Amino acid sequence: MELILIPIITGIIAALSGKWSKWVAIVGSLAGLVITAIWLSKFNADGSFNFVFDRVWFSKAIHFKTGADGISMVLLLLTNILSPMIVLAAANKHNTDKAALFGLIVIMQGALNGVFLSMDGIMFYIFWELALIPVYFICALWGENNRFVTTLKFFIYTFVGSLAMLASLIYLYSLMPEGSFDYQALVNVALNETQAKWIGAGFLLAFAVKIPLLPLHSWQPDTYTEAPTAGTMLLSAIMLKMGLYGLIRWFFPLVPEAIGFYTPIIIAAGVLGVLYGALIAIRQDDMKRLVAFSSLSHVGLIAAGIATLSTTGIQGGILQMFNHGINVFGLFLAIDIIQSRAGTRNLQHLGGIAKQAPYLAVGFMLVMLATAAVPFTNGFPGELLLLKAVFTKNAIWGVFAGITIILCAVYMFRMYQFSMFGTAKNGIYLFPDLNMREKLLFGVLVIIIISAGVFPQYLLDLCGPSVDKTIKIIENTVGVIS
Amino acid sequence: MQNLLLIVLVPLLGFFISGVFGKKLPETITGWISSLAVLVSFVLSFMLFTKLSADPTTVKQFLFTFLSVGDLNIAFELQADRLTVIMMMVITGIGFLIHVYSIAYMHGDEGFYKFFAYLNLFIFNMLILVMGANFLMLFFGWEGVGLCSYLLIGFWYSNLDYGKAARKAFVMNRIGDLGLLLGLFLIIYQFGSLDYDIVFAKAAAAQFKPAVLTAICILLFVGAMGKSAQIPLYTWLPDAMAGPTPVSALIHAATMVTAGIYLVVRCHVMFDFSIPARELILYIGLATSILAALIGLKQNDIKKVLAYSTVSQLGLMFIALGVGAYTAAMFHLLTHAFFKALLFLGSGSVIHAMGGEQDIRKMGGLKKAMPITYWTFLLGTLAICGFPLFSGFFSKDEILAEVFAHNPIVWFLAVGSALITCIYMLRVFVVTFLGGFRGTEDQKHHLHESPALITVPLLVLSVLAVFGGLLNIPALFGEGFSGKLTHWLEPVLGHAEHPHLAVGTQWMLLAVAVSTLVIAFIYVRMRYVKGGTVPEVDADQQGAGKLLANKFYVDEIYGTAITEPVNTTGEGLYKWVDRKIIDGLVNGTGKATGMFSNILGKMQTGNIENYLLYMVIGIIIIVGFNLFK
Repeated sequence: MELILIPIITGIIAALSGKWSKWVAIVGSLAGLVITAIWLSKFNADGSFNFVFDRVWFSKAIHFKTGADGISMVLLLLTNILSPMIVLAAANKHNTDKAALFGLIVIMQGALNGVFLSMDGIMFYIFWELALIPVYFICALWGENNRFVTTLKFFIYTFVGSLAMLASLIYLYSLMPEGSFDYQALVNVALNETQAKWIGAGFLLAFAVKIPLLPLHSWQPDTYTEAPTAGTMLLSAIMLKMGLYGLIRWFFPLVPEAIGFYTPIIIAAGVLGVLYGALIAIRQDDMKRLVAFSSLSHVGLIAAGIATLSTTGIQGGILQMFNHGINVFGLFLAIDIIQSRAGTRNLQHLGGIAKQAPYLAVGFMLVMLATAAVPFTNGFPGELLLLKAVFTKNAIWGVFAGITIILCAVYMFRMYQFSMFGTAKNGIYLFPDLNMREKLLFGVLVIIIISAGVFPQYLLDLCGPSVDKTIKIIENTVGVIS
Repeated sequence: MQNLLLIVLVPLLGFFISGVFGKKLPETITGWISSLAVLVSFVLSFMLFTKLSADPTTVKQFLFTFLSVGDLNIAFELQADRLTVIMMMVITGIGFLIHVYSIAYMHGDEGFYKFFAYLNLFIFNMLILVMGANFLMLFFGWEGVGLCSYLLIGFWYSNLDYGKAARKAFVMNRIGDLGLLLGLFLIIYQFGSLDYDIVFAKAAAAQFKPAVLTAICILLFVGAMGKSAQIPLYTWLPDAMAGPTPVSALIHAATMVTAGIYLVVRCHVMFDFSIPARELILYIGLATSILAALIGLKQNDIKKVLAYSTVSQLGLMFIALGVGAYTAAMFHLLTHAFFKALLFLGSGSVIHAMGGEQDIRKMGGLKKAMPITYWTFLLGTLAICGFPLFSGFFSKDEILAEVFAHNPIVWFLAVGSALITCIYMLRVFVVTFLGGFRGTEDQKHHLHESPALITVPLLVLSVLAVFGGLLNIPALFGEGFSGKLTHWLEPVLGHAEHPHLAVGTQWMLLAVAVSTLVIAFIYVRMRYVKGGTVPEVDADQQGAGKLLANKFYVDEIYGTAITEPVNTTGEGLYKWVDRKIIDGLVNGTGKATGMFSNILGKMQTGNIENYLLYMVIGIIIIVGFNLFK
């Protein structure tokens, strides 16, 4: 409850407080982090929902019901760690007069917390939509030249998906004798396979657009490229995870009757996305676009891993959702710094930055290695579990997905080399190294990358019991999943 | 109890110190701190060595649980047995010498502190690789050394070609790593664990499907191909010579590239059961050994010759593994580490004196100016050629004898490879050190023997290169002091059944080995000493020579067959599938909808932002109102 309201309220205040905006926003978003930390200290990881808050909302059927299990906790942690960092990253000299920007980031934080806390179908839908709005404004107001076309495309894309989800929710509701949108009630509805397929289709459309899964991804590279960096960070680091979270929390438990139909589709779309995104990323020169396609590749693997419905796959997926969020934030941070100083983010025009900016070189290098899943970084354990899960489910898909460890090294190291190494291509330009604010951001990133890389078990223990419980919900309907 | 963690942590600490404070500290202090960190590890390893010689029981140290998901449980756990400790002493011992050498070699380099930080990080990862108690720890180290190798090959990163070589090395290694990773998954699938103890116990008890085991062994070998530069994944190693020479000596000759050998020896229990996998190893090793030796004949860059020689020698070790002669492979790994590190460091000394020149055609007659480098390089050359009683003589002979017992045709080809090795090594030696000087006046003026920091490691290594063979003298020379290494490794490798060759046959094999050497001596003497000829300019090469000078055009073939198609696919997917088809469809739908909305739009005014803003406000009011009513 407080995790939703405090950021939204401070966000609105921040948007209205002119030059103090970024300070209000930082306080508000840090408050979210503090609450998350307190919750973590009290959290009981036994698979149940903690901190349940339940109040009748619009009608008896629709409650304002929130609660956090282990899966939510990991994503709350991600959201509330990254939001202050995104505010801080945006607090550069280009954004001094954009009071609303900081406010919107914090509103977004509240809405995302709402998504991960919702225990009521309609409430989930509302926050799902609400989370779309701040980021829409951020992109539409401060994006690059093509922002209107791009943002509109993004909006329509996700909106169509959301409407399909709403339709499914209502259909599911109508099947109950005593109508309710309560999570547990929705889970309990017994469906026949046809019903499950139709209801599943609505949810899957919404989630697949957000993740995004091939071939519903075409909003993503454009939006990432055109959006201002704060928007890109919100979208790629946190918002994508809504779709993946939706798969685990809503899609599979609600329509287990249809998994025989949907899991092969999701695994196939995920693994093809892994290869498709990676192959395209190899030849991109626009750094943002490159990372957009690499992101497509990474989330494809997460989706495929989750769809194996194995403990390894789902836990690996959750772990990787967290770590991908951290790493992709780091990549966009580095790109933003490069672009704002060198005036371009085109690899063909960059080069030789490492010599002038050694701190950036180290920070960017570590984030790059983490993205390429080098051991001792946070990218490794999740990718290991996901690949193992996909490989165990189907060796052929596993080998295809595994090619990502080669291709990812190709495009990531290429990006790093072309931008940081070599010599400057358009003469010599002055490239100041990281300032204190940026050093702080990279410092936090480095700590998270290494500690989550060496001790992944902390997050796994957090979500483990809830994952087991989720699998049990599905198995109660369809029997043991091999 | 021995603290294994300490052995690993000291170099890591060295990495932090040089990485964080090295920029502000004077060069010598940074250099010595890093070197001493490795020396401490060496001393600790030596203490472990003495302990294990009294009691060969494996020492283990559990640190923490890394991953525990479902039925998969992987720990951070270190272990050391007699095989490990040999590797540890090579890594830290030769590592220490190379650190000391680098203090002089890297003197004045802008990135001096970074260089030492990377070297220490490499030692750390290499130790993790050999000291891990399960396959995942091995994988950690495996990828870690790959990363350090990348960083050090591209150390002079302003040069884009060096950067390209570094990336090539990393990517080719990753191809192997994928094989290794899939092998790990299959091990989990077949044995339910990644712990060496559990996996090998089950394997020894034959609890597996033979086909799966063979698949596992082949996948592990794919990993080894990448790291140990075997066909088809060898082309990164010659390019890796872009790195500073001490790196070539440490990583690309003595330690990292032998990780593949270590992997197979470590998993010998599994390979014992898989004849198809071992046959594959045998023939890949044989082909690599011959191909690389042939290419080495026509290279004129001193480091490139040594690089191809390393590929070829690694091939020889894989031949040994292919016939199940694990001790022989380890023996050659050791002696090769000695003499190849020596040769690389010697070439570094030469390059240093020549002001960065690496082309042997522009050297010549360095004997007079650089006596220590000359003599030590000569000893190294004799060792690799298998000059009687030098280290390479014994280790190569042991492999050849085992191969002869297995298959005389393979033996014959391996002898051919050894002959070519002698020829190209003697050629390099003669062209570099004998005859008259062919460099510029300026270079001639600056020619000098290297400082003590460089020559002392050379002298130490040449002692090892000469006498290293004593570690495992064949029984032929007397029972009393023979087979020390075989005996040492018995607790790990078991009591291998040695091929019983008649004493006469053994002498015959030795005689053949010596006579190849004689042939090589005579050939090189006629061609390069008496003839005084310098190798041709590359453009003048004809026929087979041209083919060899161009390395069989393998890089070009890979470029056309793999790199280009991947790039084209990436571009095509983007331009045609992603932009035209998928995005085109979406935009088409969008346009159709757009026309429809235009009609609606006429009934409305304002833009979408306003509506959205109303919507937000509306939602917030509704939410709040309903909640607190």
